[in-house]
Amino acid sequence: MPEPRLQDRLLHTGIEAMRGPLLFARNTRGVGLYESVEVLDVNDQARLGRVVAIDADNAVIEVFQGLDGLSLDETRIRFLGEPVEMDVGPRMLGRVFGGSGQPIDGGPRIVARDRQRIDGLAINPARREVPSEFIETGISAIDVMNSLVRGQKLPIFSGSGLAHDRLASTIARFVRLRGDQNEQFAVVFAAIGVTFDTAERFRREMDDYGALEHIALFLNLASDPGTERLLTPRVALTCAEYLAYSEDRHVLVILTDMTNYCEALREVSTSHEEIPSRKGYPGYMYSDLAAIYERAGRIRGRAGSVTQLPILTMPGDDITHPIPDLSGYITEGQIVLGRDLDRRGVFPAIDLLPCLSRLMPEGIGNGRTHADHPALARQLYTVYAQAQRLRLLSSVVGEEGLSPSDRIVLGFGTRMEERFLHQGSERRSLEHSMDIAWQLLAALPEEVLLRLSDEQIERQIRSRRANRTE
Amino acid sequence: MAEATVTWINGPVLRARRQGSFHIKEAVHVGAARLVGEVIALRDDSVTVQVFEDTTGLRPGDLVQGLGTGLVVELGPGLLGQLFDGIQRPLRALGELYGDLVPVGLSVPPLDRERAWAFRPVLEAGLAVPVGAVIGEVQETVGIVNRVLVPAAAAGTLEWIAEEGEYRIEEPVARTRSPDGIVQEIALLRRAPIRAPAPVGERFAPAIPLVTGQRILDTLFPVGKGGAATLPGGFGTGKTILQQTLAKWCDADIILYIGCGERGNEMASILTEFPGLTDPRNGRPLMERTVVIANTSNMPVAAREASIYTGISIAEYFRDQGYHVAVLADSISRWAEALREISGRLEELPAEEGYPAYLPSRLAEFFERAGRVTTLAGAEASVTVVGAVSPPGGDFSEPVSAHARRFARCFWALDRERAQARFYPAVHPLQSYSGYVDQLERWWQDRDDLHWRERRDRLLRLLEKQAKLERMAKIVGRDALPAEQRLVLACAEIGTEAILRQNAYSEQDAFCAPRKQVAMLRVLCHFFDQAEAAVARGIDPDALLTLPVVRKLQRMGEDIAGDDPESFRALQAEIDIAIAGLELPAEVESA
Ligand SMILES: Nc1ncnc2c1ncn2[C@@H]1O[C@H](COP(=O)(O)OP(=O)(O)O)[C@@H](O)[C@H]1O
Ligand SMILES: [Mg+2]
Repeated sequence: MPEPRLQDRLLHTGIEAMRGPLLFARNTRGVGLYESVEVLDVNDQARLGRVVAIDADNAVIEVFQGLDGLSLDETRIRFLGEPVEMDVGPRMLGRVFGGSGQPIDGGPRIVARDRQRIDGLAINPARREVPSEFIETGISAIDVMNSLVRGQKLPIFSGSGLAHDRLASTIARFVRLRGDQNEQFAVVFAAIGVTFDTAERFRREMDDYGALEHIALFLNLASDPGTERLLTPRVALTCAEYLAYSEDRHVLVILTDMTNYCEALREVSTSHEEIPSRKGYPGYMYSDLAAIYERAGRIRGRAGSVTQLPILTMPGDDITHPIPDLSGYITEGQIVLGRDLDRRGVFPAIDLLPCLSRLMPEGIGNGRTHADHPALARQLYTVYAQAQRLRLLSSVVGEEGLSPSDRIVLGFGTRMEERFLHQGSERRSLEHSMDIAWQLLAALPEEVLLRLSDEQIERQIRSRRANRTE
Repeated sequence: MAEATVTWINGPVLRARRQGSFHIKEAVHVGAARLVGEVIALRDDSVTVQVFEDTTGLRPGDLVQGLGTGLVVELGPGLLGQLFDGIQRPLRALGELYGDLVPVGLSVPPLDRERAWAFRPVLEAGLAVPVGAVIGEVQETVGIVNRVLVPAAAAGTLEWIAEEGEYRIEEPVARTRSPDGIVQEIALLRRAPIRAPAPVGERFAPAIPLVTGQRILDTLFPVGKGGAATLPGGFGTGKTILQQTLAKWCDADIILYIGCGERGNEMASILTEFPGLTDPRNGRPLMERTVVIANTSNMPVAAREASIYTGISIAEYFRDQGYHVAVLADSISRWAEALREISGRLEELPAEEGYPAYLPSRLAEFFERAGRVTTLAGAEASVTVVGAVSPPGGDFSEPVSAHARRFARCFWALDRERAQARFYPAVHPLQSYSGYVDQLERWWQDRDDLHWRERRDRLLRLLEKQAKLERMAKIVGRDALPAEQRLVLACAEIGTEAILRQNAYSEQDAFCAPRKQVAMLRVLCHFFDQAEAAVARGIDPDALLTLPVVRKLQRMGEDIAGDDPESFRALQAEIDIAIAGLELPAEVESA
């Protein structure tokens, strides 16, 4: 019953039309959905593509490297009979790859231990292990208030021009697991439509840190074809999964900038003349992004893990824009950067209120970090939110319109930004960060500290007050 | 069976040229891998099919085979504690056989064929048995008896019934003969179409609450057993945690948790956590009353569309046995988006925001499957539906939120600002409502010397006044408000902390029993009375806020164990002493 394969029509001609990144081919009987193809130009240079829709005789092909320079008559297609796949094997770390996964550093080809579909099947939820190992990032606002755990997907929502790249490379350098020294860690960095500078700066920083041999870089730069951006996060994650599940490593995947990815998705969707959903983005963008983000995680019985740190710039700093909105609905929280804090020179400029780490409850507390850690985080959030509200209020009624205790809370907000949030390039241990936070809370009247139990107040607050007055 | 040949494929949908007759909603197998699909449209000789599995590699020319019946769920002992995907493939068994990824074109039956169950007949041969009559029982878990009913086609005379003993689900346990002489065998295993509601006796309005143990829900916006609620909220506002909290602690007999297009880790956390949590009613693991449907965001989109029907059909199976079932669907929006995606691939004319015009009617059909009923055998039972809604940009005016609230009488609106301040549950007390308060009042009045309604309304009114006064305070400053108004603000803040806040991770306060809720509300209202009297005496309302007893009042959920009446009496006494001890403003200021 199997259809005749296309080996006898290896070099297929009969291209009817080209539009955007799409190529419309005739007489394609026997071609399968999502089958990968090579599109050959006059000089036999191959570009990668895949079949995205078929009817009895025709196929629509997305060409990842674009159609520039191709003609209808001289272009040929080779159908590969398989979905898009990638060779994975030893010694991928320390290497630089293009946005479609091919080595571009002049080094040897990857000796394939395995060939993997780049858009893998979904992880069976019954096989997942709930991520719960706290990772110390060295950043107070993350470690104390939005803790990251191994296998989490925690994006950075940023705005154009904000220091998200610096934050990502800081985390990549700082991350370590508490207690564990001999870690098989790795970083996979996927540049998606960013400038050469951004990618190069990251590489250099990791080099200065002597960590280059732990890193695999996948580069689709701003000047590279837009459609290729659909591949880049997928090949990077395929590499990460190999490192995690075949080499037992703990892999941190940085994807920057997912906004460029989504724009490429929109562009291709428009070429298909699909009915758009919000702001012209396709209705399936949620599912498409989920297929990327859900590749983070831990699997039962496997030693390695894939942790994702996607970065996206919110168009117009608008968190309700479909790109951050759909991402936030899929990822396990978000770290949001704020322009005001950035202007005031705070680094990292983390806007605490819209931040969230959904896996934090699993990763902190008694036996994991510190028994009082959850209450501390809740208390900080409660007072900081109050301080932000009072800040707004005082901009209308003036600080004199506030009650004395409100003024104390207002001052707490500012001090928290200066002493706790701002840390420049200092790496702080969790204990250090928590200590700063307790000190700040100790300056507040007790009726504000409703999130702390009487014992916690006794243990953490009164003792510090006593020290201070001594 | 009818066959067709694939002519066109676009993502999860395909068209095929038919030889033979297909019907709408007929289940089909597609291609050599026999992917599961369903007929969604017919036109001339063309059949349109949605495929519930990854379609990578399908080709024009592949075969589509009709299966003659619609998509069905398998029902029988062995459902409890299981995890299924949107088309009821058992994910644990699949994992054991095929590894870490969800396989394509492979399946195992949802229910274990080999396991034997202890069956006990309850009727004797020779009796006339109508549809829905209970003929026997299987003790499925410690808490749940699986009642074996006479299926629709098998009413008649009970000719034979098996003796007490162990039976596998496919073995017959009874035989009936219809008045026209047709003989039917009854086994523990049965099948039901997922798209159609199962028949019931009569339907009634809800009259007893589904106790959730969440104060803001039970006390302010209660849902009745057999009612429906929507739970809209932007990302991170607490929909999933609230749904999981309901799944853990609400007083339904059976929980159907449907993870529809959401995260894999959230499903994993249910599987990890529930077996270790005990059902307070029988001391058994909570997993034993729970069935989980997991079709996560990265799993095939058509199966996501099917998942809520699979879930509610299983819920109806337990309802028909006389149980109160809660269906917790997270999230209805992802289901609607699946509908939209498939409609878009078929190039149907969209209505609002790309959603097909039939979105509201499909939503209505789904929520209509909630209800308090008598079963065909006359027992009282119910299906309660709570559907989370994930509005884009947190905007509740979008189509799914707007339509869903039309069909559910409880609206539990989650508020971003509260969530950002880590005030949980972030249910907004002024945007939310319940249409069941009048019907459920009796039940609560019986538990609070007839004052429940009055106290509940008092708290709600206070919160309304607070909102108005805060707008004023924003202009003139809080200190400029008269004492009575500052008292309102102070009381509203205290009430909010004391009653509305409830930490789902707290050992003490994750669940608050009705008796404790009533006690808390009572002592809070007592405080209001005392505070009002004090302010009338000339006490400055702001002085109330710093009283040590007020801290206790605000933390009573956490700090008072259970509903120990002694602790509440002591708290009340302490309030009286503290307020009586307040001195008049002149002296307060000089201090
Ligand atoms: N009732 C609650 N008690 C304590 N924390 C909560 C509660 N509800 C939500 N949270 C916190 O908020 C986070 C996001 O909640 P979640 O239910 O996942 O949001 P949503 O499903 O609306 O996106 C959780 O990870 C948890 O930390
Ligand atoms: Mg959720």
